This record gives sequence, structure tokens and C-alpha cells, in this order.
Amino acid sequence: MDVVFLLHLLLVFMIIGAFITVEIKNMLSAVISIGAVGFTLSMAFLFLGAPDIAITQVIVEILSLILLIRATVNVDNVAIEEKGESVFHNRTALIFVGIILVFAWFAFQSLAPFGEPLMRVSDYYLNNGLIMVGATNFVTSVILDFRAYDTFGEAMVLFVSISGAFAILRRWKREQHKDFLRIDREH
Amino acid sequence: MTLYFLNFVLLIIGLYALVVKRHIVKKILGVAIMEYAVNLFLILLGFRKSGIAPILTEDMDLATFIHTAVDPLPQALVLTSIVIGLGTLALMVAMAIRLYERYGTFDMDEINRLRG
Repeated sequence: MDVVFLLHLLLVFMIIGAFITVEIKNMLSAVISIGAVGFTLSMAFLFLGAPDIAITQVIVEILSLILLIRATVNVDNVAIEEKGESVFHNRTALIFVGIILVFAWFAFQSLAPFGEPLMRVSDYYLNNGLIMVGATNFVTSVILDFRAYDTFGEAMVLFVSISGAFAILRRWKREQHKDFLRIDREH
Repeated sequence: MTLYFLNFVLLIIGLYALVVKRHIVKKILGVAIMEYAVNLFLILLGFRKSGIAPILTEDMDLATFIHTAVDPLPQALVLTSIVIGLGTLALMVAMAIRLYERYGTFDMDEINRLRG
């Protein structure tokens, strides 16, 4: 089967999954549906010649599913009833979505056609990567050698976001603070 | 071209969930869908017809490999972007859990009303 046709099928499946995610009432079903979208994305990466990213996507998808199920389980997992006024909001949003899609169709005409990448910088990496770095996987040589500073900055962003999540979720500090308040009130 | 357009439709679905829905977890799911769309778009830009993965094996010739491999640069950037997406998702879920413990609901309008 042709790769481009297969990619069309995968993308249509992803759009259907994303639509179900947005519109379904039960939140646990929405989370499972976005898991289907993510694993289909991993398959698309595999067919696009990016096996490293496909593996990473599978692992990250499993972890994010665990996180999202933690957020939805044990609470009332039914979506919130829409109020009457939000029908107007829905219609306005749909009109703007239509306008954006029309403009995007014209904007995509000016891009390079699909299947013929520009590769102005990447030609240098492909030509000299084996001699300068010695790695046979060129993605790794770009991450860890040619663009190591970018990777360093992105690792910093990851560290900051994870430590922010820990700072929000920690319990001991708040309980200590509550104890202090109680002691103040008693005296 | 139609692949780019379908990809953009996916991004727009995420944006719609982010703007219109009132449930916080639905908003988080919208951000996740937009992330998927952007990552896939960058990889699609670097795809080459009948291209192979940018990994050199022993039985390949370097000169022909250069003209058949797909673009390694967007793959390298998207690889770190996916992991950062997990980090920001963890941050958003942590905030949502805290808001639920504080206000007892996931509804954005209700939280705004209770706060005011």
C-alpha cells in the first residue's frame, strides 16, 4: 500500500478520535480516546521514517495516559452541562474556525510540496555527520552534538515544569502551615 | 497538500476544545491534541518520497544514503519537544487536581464565580 494513502487514513482516524475526545460526555472515555489518537500518531511517525520518535511517542503516551486517568478517576467523570448562552459562543467559534481553515488552505499552497523537503541545513549534517561525530544515527548526532545547546535548554524547560508540578502537588508544607495557624489561634 | 490540511484540521479541533469547553480536563486534552498536530506537521515537512530513516547501516553507500534519507533535523527537535509535552501535561494535571481539591469542581465558570 502506498505510504501517502496510508498516512491519509491514519490522519482521518486521528481526526475522528480527536472529535470523539472533544465531544463525548464521559471524561474517562475522552482520555482513552486521546490515547488512541496518540498511538495512531506513533504509527504515523513509524511510516514517516522516524523510528526514534515513534518509540518516544509510545512511552510518553503511556505516561500521559496514567497522568490523565489520575486526574479523572475518583471524581465525577461526567462532562459539565452546557448552558444556554454557550450556543452563541459555539457558533462564533465555528465561524472563525471556518475562516481560519480557508486561509490555511491558501497558505499551504506556498509551502514546499509534500515529499520534497528543502534540507538546506540538513545536507550539511548528512554530509559531515559521519566524519565529525561518528554516529551512524543522524538524529542522535544532531541532538547530542550539532545542536547540544538546544537540547540543554529543552532539558532545562523539562526540569522546571516537573519541579513546578512537584511544588504544586506537595502536601507537607501546607499542613505545617495549617498547624502554625492553629497554634496561633489557640494562644 | 491534503495531508497538511488534514493536520491543520486536527490542530483546529484542539483549539476548539481549548476555547469553547468549560471542563478543565477537556481544555488539557485540547492542548494535547494541538501538540500532536504540531509535532506531526514538523515531521511531515521533513518527509521525502520513498525515503528511509536517517540511520546508516553497514551495507549502505553514503552518497546514495544522502539522497534517500529523510530530514533528520525536525526529528531531532520534535524528539525533545514530545518529552517537554509530557512535562507541561504533568504541570497542567497537577494544577487541575489542586483546583478540584480547592473548589470541588472542574467547571471553569464555576471556579471563576466561587473566586469572585
